[in-house]
Amino acid sequence: MFNDTIAAIATAMGEAGIGIIRLSGGEAISIADQVFRAKNRKKLANQGGFTVRYGKIVDSEENVIDEALAVIMRGPHSYTGENVVELQCHGGVVVMRKILDLVLSLGARLAEPGEFTKRAFLNGRLDLSQAEAVIDIIRSKTDRSLDLAVQQLEGSLSRRIQSIRESLYDLVVQVNAVIDFPEDDIPEIDSENMLAVLTTAIDEITKLIDTADNGKVLREGIKTVITGKPNVGKSSLLNRLLDENRALVTDIPGTTRDTIEEVLNINGIPFRLVDTAGIRHSADRIEQLGVERAMEFINEADLILHVLDISRELEEEDKQLLAQLAGRKRLLVINKTDLPRQWDGQAYLIEKGYIDQSVPAVEISLTGDSLDPLLEQIVGLVMEGLVQIERENAIITRSRHKQALVEAKADLQQAMETFNQELPLDLISIGLHGALEHLGEITGETVRENIIDRIFAQFCIGK
Amino acid sequence: MGKEYAVIVVGGGHAGCEAALAAARLGCKTLLITMNLDTIAQMSCNPAIGGPAAKSHLVREIDALGGQMAKVIDQTYLNIRMLNLSRGPAVHALRAQADKVKYRAVMTKTLESELNLSVRQGVVTKILVDDGVVYGVQLKTGTKTTSDTVILATGTFLRGEVVIGPVRYPGGRQGEPSAEELSQSLIGSGLKLSRFQTATPPRVHADSVDYEKLTCQRGSDTPLRFSFDTPLVAREQIPCWYTRTTPDTIKVIRENIHLSPIQTGAIQTKGPRYCPSIDRKVLRFPDKTDHQIFLEPEGEYTKELYCLGLTTSMPEEIQLKILRSIPGLEQAEIMRTGYAVEYDYILPDQVYPTLESKLIQGLFTAGQINGTSGYEEAAAQGLIAGINAAHKVKGNPSLILSRSQAYIGVLIDDLVTKGTEEPYRMMTSRAEYRLILRQDNADLRLREIGYKVGLIDEARYQKLVTKKQAIQDTLQWLQQVQVSPTAEVRDYLIQLGSGDLKKAVTLHEILQRPEVQFRDLCFFASLPELDPEVIEQVEIECKFKGYIERQLKQIEQFNKLEGIAIPEDIDYHQIQGLRTEARERLTAIKPASLGQAARISGVSPADINVLLVVLKGDRQHVSA
Repeated sequence: MFNDTIAAIATAMGEAGIGIIRLSGGEAISIADQVFRAKNRKKLANQGGFTVRYGKIVDSEENVIDEALAVIMRGPHSYTGENVVELQCHGGVVVMRKILDLVLSLGARLAEPGEFTKRAFLNGRLDLSQAEAVIDIIRSKTDRSLDLAVQQLEGSLSRRIQSIRESLYDLVVQVNAVIDFPEDDIPEIDSENMLAVLTTAIDEITKLIDTADNGKVLREGIKTVITGKPNVGKSSLLNRLLDENRALVTDIPGTTRDTIEEVLNINGIPFRLVDTAGIRHSADRIEQLGVERAMEFINEADLILHVLDISRELEEEDKQLLAQLAGRKRLLVINKTDLPRQWDGQAYLIEKGYIDQSVPAVEISLTGDSLDPLLEQIVGLVMEGLVQIERENAIITRSRHKQALVEAKADLQQAMETFNQELPLDLISIGLHGALEHLGEITGETVRENIIDRIFAQFCIGK
Repeated sequence: MGKEYAVIVVGGGHAGCEAALAAARLGCKTLLITMNLDTIAQMSCNPAIGGPAAKSHLVREIDALGGQMAKVIDQTYLNIRMLNLSRGPAVHALRAQADKVKYRAVMTKTLESELNLSVRQGVVTKILVDDGVVYGVQLKTGTKTTSDTVILATGTFLRGEVVIGPVRYPGGRQGEPSAEELSQSLIGSGLKLSRFQTATPPRVHADSVDYEKLTCQRGSDTPLRFSFDTPLVAREQIPCWYTRTTPDTIKVIRENIHLSPIQTGAIQTKGPRYCPSIDRKVLRFPDKTDHQIFLEPEGEYTKELYCLGLTTSMPEEIQLKILRSIPGLEQAEIMRTGYAVEYDYILPDQVYPTLESKLIQGLFTAGQINGTSGYEEAAAQGLIAGINAAHKVKGNPSLILSRSQAYIGVLIDDLVTKGTEEPYRMMTSRAEYRLILRQDNADLRLREIGYKVGLIDEARYQKLVTKKQAIQDTLQWLQQVQVSPTAEVRDYLIQLGSGDLKKAVTLHEILQRPEVQFRDLCFFASLPELDPEVIEQVEIECKFKGYIERQLKQIEQFNKLEGIAIPEDIDYHQIQGLRTEARERLTAIKPASLGQAARISGVSPADINVLLVVLKGDRQHVSA
């Protein structure tokens, strides 16, 4: 945990024009050399400290991923006091993640929150008086990511991991029971069952890892549609969301040209915003088609922001939309509270039976009020799992989780190999144990105690 | 003023014996006080040493470090077997049935013969403490004896209560009085106590058993032994017997379950999950009707048979009914009734990994008083407490074994870091690196430590050095010898049931094949004359190389955090950035290293990072 090489995306996701992948540690330069091809064809290892090289980032098959600058700082004359390489790319989030995954696959470990700063301190690069600041960084970032981790766990990822873990537990518990209590009546291990469990678990984990490779969340985000009749403030909402969340217009593969889609980042959660107004404009010659398209998008959306105008009486179109959207994941944005009210907000809608009590709403004046209550509501909906990410049940968004899954898979493959070679049971259990420990890293549980508890719960043991 | 003794050990059970011997052998004037000189090293429960779930590992580790248990059982076993042979080298388990009368006798004589060690009968009622430092003990007779350190190894005797059916009376063991006053003295000194319970089955008369209906279980034909110093010789052995409960047994238990102390509420304290009473087994697994019962002879000079699997504290007459429902036991005569015993133990988070009390300097605790269960677990702690008490007196550094070095390390670390919810028993599942912590290599892991501590003499140490060298030389030799895929070689390998050979390889690679054993290599080269134990190590090192190397790598990672010591005087309340829960747990546990801190429940990875920064800051501060 001290001398290994760590890596992370050093710029906030989706927030900057360029992105920086930072590597620090003994292997930083040699790892960078494996992904970076300098224009002058020289290896970074042969460059001095404080040099900058222009070149390309390539994957293991020498496919170009992005153009980049490589900045080399040799320890102890670097921020962390170790060898540091910064790869500065233009890429959007997808490209950045790809590069990060690449350096992680070459032996770097994903940095913990605040770890670069921590290393700087531990290597004497920061003053003693800064220790507290370092602690704050560790504290605040970790707590925030911890919160997010917990939230994520409540979602579908944990359910999928849970089912993999349960099947592995059954196996490990039986293996350990047989090993530790050979004289008790523990049923012998069923080889076919073991093979089946291992195969299924490896497949399942592979699928989860693939979701991370696809970067689905980051590429597609939470598909969000702003809707409402004309002139209620849809564009204002869109523009303010984009302005204030420093949205980054990216090339999103597979998106069509005739819609306006933006990716924005709210508290680290990527949203893909579709403005149905845009559809109308682009298809205004055939109005009907536009409306159909709009409905199509609404049907595919993970989250609908339905804008209403409180300064005008509700019209048929409003009511129709409210009815159409019944049962969908939506947030009512009741706009123009700065003007005289013509109806009494959410309570009125409930009273009239247009919505039921469960539909969240926020009142706002998009021309003046802070967006914070609105954003809070949106994030809250995602965190509570009320809004889920489309199609895929579980998606790995964290490199840390992905790494844990990759290691769990390697352990299971080893167990499988051991099994195939007909080596003793104890050796198979090493791989099984390891896999459970790694899955436990994602869910934060103590595997060893659980195994022991389960042995006693499942088998009649004892003299 | 000089004290009368350097070390006083209270209790003559398995923990007390090891503690007293270790302290005395390390040159400390030592006194062992026991309530009864005739029950030193008594096996209160089953007459066996070692066995699976890492018990045999513990015995070998004790031996490697210079303890006594392995040597005594080697002299006194009735039969001995190696279990788990097919499961992998890390979990092979040696178990011996003990002649418990002889075991007691040999251990007693060993204690009585030890220089520096006095053995005396007496009941300790008080520990003498002055200003947080222990200075001796007081006996029931009023006599005060002073010492630099005190090791408490009281087993089940602290306010022990025997429970049989509706009956409950004071007793440390069936037929022996309890130690009533000492608990009060410990509480008065600020220690927190709690209660556990354990139980034992009835013993029957060997002549009342119908052996025709039992299955015989013999010992191993190949010579086996626990101690690395015992010569390998086969001995005549006395078998065990095996039977099973019947649906009738279950019926008897069901019909009388309302009389079971676990149902009547007579027993409310936690007992060990791995030794459930037969009543509990029937309650928890109602569909299972045939539970295994082993009948174990208790010794050459007694007709008592231990009924393993029938632990119960049901009323006496029900115990007899249960027994007589079992094939072979229809006419069984009970000699001793099964019973449960409840006793005081101290919450083990009040103890340092050295087994010294955090509250009272110089006071050590070992065995059941620390919340464990089992002879081997007790002996292991006794040994460590004895060594550390002696080292404290002599001003030498303490011995703390790491989780990556020994099951003893896992045992003590679990106890002092996590505490225990039930009487703690070792299991291989508790260890992270069990492929490294094998029972076959306990000497390679720990003898050098025993030598440095001072319990392993020069001759035995040289034996170890020679063995290590032979293993290393042989492995190197195997790497050097090349084998070409000639027709004869290929035939030979196929004949061994192994695969074909396509290109030239080393002998090392040949030996890695599961079907090939070391002796099979004589086909390729003339083999050096080697001790069977050297060959065993060579085969394991070679065949499981990949797995072993992987665990060694994990250990390397693990040791980084273990290597960062936390100063004893650290004030967690002064550290910004720790969460309140972490502060409280760290203050209570007082971890010795960052690694230990990380294992405390309620301490998060972020807290560890905060500590890392603070510790580094301190060092900078000091050096500035």
